Amino acid sequence: MWSMILRRIGIGIVTMFAVSVIIFCGTRILPGDAAQIRLGQEATETNLAAFRKELGLDRPAHVQYFSWVKDTLSGDLGVSLASDVPVTDLIRDRYKNTLYVSAVTAVIGVPLSVLLGILAAMFPGGIYDRVVTFISVTLVSAPEFFLATLLVLIFAFYFNFTSAVVVGGVEGKTFLEILRHFFLPIMALCMIIAAQLIRMTRAAVLNVMSSPYVEMAILKGVPRKRIIMRHALFNAIGPIVNVIALNLAYLISGVVIIEVFFAYSGLATLMVQGVQTRDYNLIQVLGMLFCCVYIILMLIADIASIVSNPRLRHPR
Amino acid sequence: MSDSTKTATDVADDEIDFQELYDAAPRQKFRFSWTGWIGVIVVTFWFLIAILGPFIAPYGENDLPYPDAYSEFQVPTAKALLGTDVDDRDILSRIIYGAGRTIGISLAATILAYLVGVSLGVTAAVSGRWIDMGLSRVNDAFLSLPTIMLGLVVIAAVGSSLTVLIFTAGLIYATIVFRISRALAMDIMVQDYVEAARARGEGLWWIIRKEIWPNAAMPMISDFGLRLIYVILFVAGLSFLGLGVQPPAADWGNMVRENLGALQHVPYEACPYPKNAAGEDNWLCGIGTKFAVLAPALAISTLTVSINLIVDDLSSYAGGKLTKGM
Repeated sequence: MWSMILRRIGIGIVTMFAVSVIIFCGTRILPGDAAQIRLGQEATETNLAAFRKELGLDRPAHVQYFSWVKDTLSGDLGVSLASDVPVTDLIRDRYKNTLYVSAVTAVIGVPLSVLLGILAAMFPGGIYDRVVTFISVTLVSAPEFFLATLLVLIFAFYFNFTSAVVVGGVEGKTFLEILRHFFLPIMALCMIIAAQLIRMTRAAVLNVMSSPYVEMAILKGVPRKRIIMRHALFNAIGPIVNVIALNLAYLISGVVIIEVFFAYSGLATLMVQGVQTRDYNLIQVLGMLFCCVYIILMLIADIASIVSNPRLRHPR
Repeated sequence: MSDSTKTATDVADDEIDFQELYDAAPRQKFRFSWTGWIGVIVVTFWFLIAILGPFIAPYGENDLPYPDAYSEFQVPTAKALLGTDVDDRDILSRIIYGAGRTIGISLAATILAYLVGVSLGVTAAVSGRWIDMGLSRVNDAFLSLPTIMLGLVVIAAVGSSLTVLIFTAGLIYATIVFRISRALAMDIMVQDYVEAARARGEGLWWIIRKEIWPNAAMPMISDFGLRLIYVILFVAGLSFLGLGVQPPAADWGNMVRENLGALQHVPYEACPYPKNAAGEDNWLCGIGTKFAVLAPALAISTLTVSINLIVDDLSSYAGGKLTKGM
């Protein structure tokens, strides 16, 4: 088991390097010219050449890549091309909103959806199961901003409970105040991850429920509730952790849309601004950041499924 | 028995070179459930709108229904059936024009994803170990990026245009198609009937055409639907972020973005009866002004949910083993 986990972590590290190459090629080699963007259309050729030299853009691509990796690993994230502010400062100002909203979403959304998923698996084909399945299928295939629009119409507009945009950040707020302040984004993100999570939890539990030992328990006459609590749930924990990690990874694309929709400043809005102003340094750093979080969550998902497999846990 | 056992894919070339066993299980006929029929009706409706768009739209996509007045976010009237948007334009007409663009781009991108993904996937499955390894590892690297991030990086690099959008979405989703088609082809390649065909001395192309394709068609078609949903959501998401279809062209994603302001305030003069009989705020009246955001979001949702209803039927017919959960 340990060798498999180590192997998986090794693959994860290799993947991160592959991703860094993709992001580097995407941002630096294709457009080639950060200097042009920085200095604008009227810049003379000599100015451009001097500025390229200053940024180190005149060096061959592989040299640039390795110096970028070296700088990034040593904590020097470079300077934003659009605003001339160190990228580290930009991130420091913004990361809290993104982090807290995602964390609160995970804390509330994950247990709730796992519970709903298990309930759906308890009585497959029942009215509750069908309603939940229908709603989650609809939510999975509808765009994030549709859900957000509905929530705004219901809570901000009809009930007049919050405003449609979120003004201000998390500074100096308690948990409940954050919850109230970011009510709509958190609710939207919860529903986005819940849609997938409920379905996949249900599938994971049902998968265990169709295994021979559960069938045996049914034949013995053990009550259904007890089978789920005693037999199925423990064996489903691995697959469920796997599913949770996978779904937290989906949060990333949800966060991008939701932050822009509710117009509060976070890392995702920073990334979108970076793309609009073609701020390559910023895009590289934030792209790497989001992708690393994604890869790590995927890694956790895989390790969870390795750990939860008894055949791998006790090799003969 | 020959006629009833043909599938649509066999009919293309009418020579059947082998007979089915007399005790082979009868082929299941494909039937839509009632939810599937709803899906078919709604999807057909949107595709018709997409094709006929310019002929049936009451106004041009950037025309103003009330040219003489300041008229943003008007409630629906006979003149503008869904009201007007932030720039005083007719929402209904923009939805109709947007249908063509949203569906056209997504369909083109999905077809591109399939052309690239399936050809590489089948190549990887049928060719030697090294080609397979190489293609799969490169593919894994791209798959380990969130699609929206990949899209953002590409668009930051090359800017946004219709072609860029189609190619970006197409190539990003080709990675997933590659994985699925490779798995599917690998799965089928080791089946007994393929072994038998090989033992008979059939060529590779013959096996792909006659053995792999008929068995892979149904799962692939239902996966095509699923992929189309994700591409629609991806393109709409990029347009919503202001990085996809550029204004003033109408697209469902950027219509939501442009009109987000409608969610934040209700222009008083936009509503003919702001108070109801009891003197309370008339919330229905407010909903009217929200059509600018609600209508395009609803349009995307009805389209994608309906495609999903069709896919559900298709994949339960096809076994759904490979397409579900990917």
